[in-house]
Amino acid sequence: MALLQVEALTKRYGGETLALDNITFDVEPGEFVGIIGPSGAGKSTLLRCVNRLVDISSGDVRFDGVSVPTLRGAALRRQRTRIGMIFQHYNLVNRLSVIENVLHGRLGYKGTIQGILGLYTEEEKRDAARIIESLGLSEQMYKRCDQLSGGQKQRVGIARALVQQPKMLLCDEPIASLDPNAAKIIMDTLSDINRTTGITILVNLHQVDVALRYARRIIGINRGRLVYDGEPERLSNEQIYQIYGSEAGDLILDLRERYAA
Amino acid sequence: MQPDIFQLRQRQSALFFVLLSGLTYGAILLTNYDVVQGLTAIPRAFVWATANFIPDDEAWQRLPRILDKLRETVLMAISSATVASALGLAVALLGATTTRPHPWFSPPARAIASVFRNIDVSAWALILLFSFGQSAITGYFALFFVTFGFIVRVMIETIDEIGTESVEALRATGAGYLAIITQSVIPACLPQLISWVLYMIETNIRSATLVGILTGTGIGFSFDLYYKSLNYSSASLVVLVIVVAVLLIEALSNAIRRAVL
Ligand SMILES: Nc1ncnc2c1ncn2[C@@H]1O[C@H](COP(=O)(O)OP(=O)(O)O)[C@@H](O)[C@H]1O
Ligand SMILES: [Mg+2]
Repeated sequence: MALLQVEALTKRYGGETLALDNITFDVEPGEFVGIIGPSGAGKSTLLRCVNRLVDISSGDVRFDGVSVPTLRGAALRRQRTRIGMIFQHYNLVNRLSVIENVLHGRLGYKGTIQGILGLYTEEEKRDAARIIESLGLSEQMYKRCDQLSGGQKQRVGIARALVQQPKMLLCDEPIASLDPNAAKIIMDTLSDINRTTGITILVNLHQVDVALRYARRIIGINRGRLVYDGEPERLSNEQIYQIYGSEAGDLILDLRERYAA
Repeated sequence: MQPDIFQLRQRQSALFFVLLSGLTYGAILLTNYDVVQGLTAIPRAFVWATANFIPDDEAWQRLPRILDKLRETVLMAISSATVASALGLAVALLGATTTRPHPWFSPPARAIASVFRNIDVSAWALILLFSFGQSAITGYFALFFVTFGFIVRVMIETIDEIGTESVEALRATGAGYLAIITQSVIPACLPQLISWVLYMIETNIRSATLVGILTGTGIGFSFDLYYKSLNYSSASLVVLVIVVAVLLIEALSNAIRRAVL
């Protein structure tokens, strides 16, 4: 059975802005899906509808058999613990240490008092330390996050999502603020996680070339509409035009250069 | 296009200058203010002050009593600042866009802050004199209200500026509302909060002197008493003590700020 089912998902902000228009697709467990589209297409909104950071206007989203649109309170929180999220701007508490930020990923499992006081079990701490080490940050474990580079901060973000022990990761432009080297490390890391742990990954990307290299399935969005859903190999220039509109010319040129090189 | 903008700017400044001069001249005429006499009086005031405002032996003997009053004033300033800040932080959390439980909470929180902050501390003291009479409580609440209004206002801004991204990340992990506040918003905003509380303590020590004159408490009362009984040398010692105290507190809070930021 599909892990994620999105059915006729529509999202309006306020009265006018139609951010998502009747989107339908399924994601099987273990998939690595790249969501591409120009800025303002609705990529971020789509991810935020899945973990209900924004409310859904109409349609249905089912994750692991549970219908998301009507979830509230404790049930919504429980659902969110099983979906990790990674952000373009890392969204860490910069003044806190790496391990403290990573342990935030456990807060969804806490009762009120434990959560308020930030009480973590020894096992949770060991688990967090192990994940931090596996991402190559053992030396930074007790450093404040404002002393880290962008690539390191993003790895902290990934670690925070992984301690949730999620079934799926939502990555909203995880490399948009990184230099090419750091971007490659992050994408390789996500790819590794997907391969070794089988965690399903949905990653929003502005750059087609990265999406084509890493994703095994591409979803193209333009102005809130799903305009492509399929293998990266079959994405034609015309379809890139359709997804990116007028921006596409440069992109296709870029891709040709890349393949020529 | 460009020269027009510069010309417009010049004309605006000229107009502003003419208006300001007109207003000043009008005010001088209306109040029968003698500019020459007013300016020449300044040196004379200095001469008078240096001749009369010098603590003599008798004044120095009163020092313990003055210091006792100073302690009362400083304690009142600190306790009103800290308690009002705690309450102010709670209201700011309810009012800030990032942390409000519901959008309806923001307008009343901002309105309350605005009322409490925009009524001057001496006006609060006069209003409260009706309820509590000449007592320490009047002064305490006057300082309390102003601090409260100020902290609500600045912390709403700080929370929305610093907290938004990490709040989003913690919401996505499934963390509960209170855990998000204590584990992410407060740690992220703590340096600013401490800095503003220290600032309000400094401000309150200065205001407490004035409020003390109105409410007959603390060091303001000492000053009023000596001044009205024409005991200028003792009054001057009070002023000296206040100045030293304010400078000390300022130095201390700057040291704390450096340590926490
Ligand atoms: N919080 C919001 N309020 C109102 N409009 C929004 C909000 N977030 C996004 N939008 C609008 O929804 C559309 C899709 O935005 P977004 O999902 O951020 O696109 P993308 O991530 O692909 O750049 C845009 O037109 C954007 O202006
Ligand atoms: Mg986006």
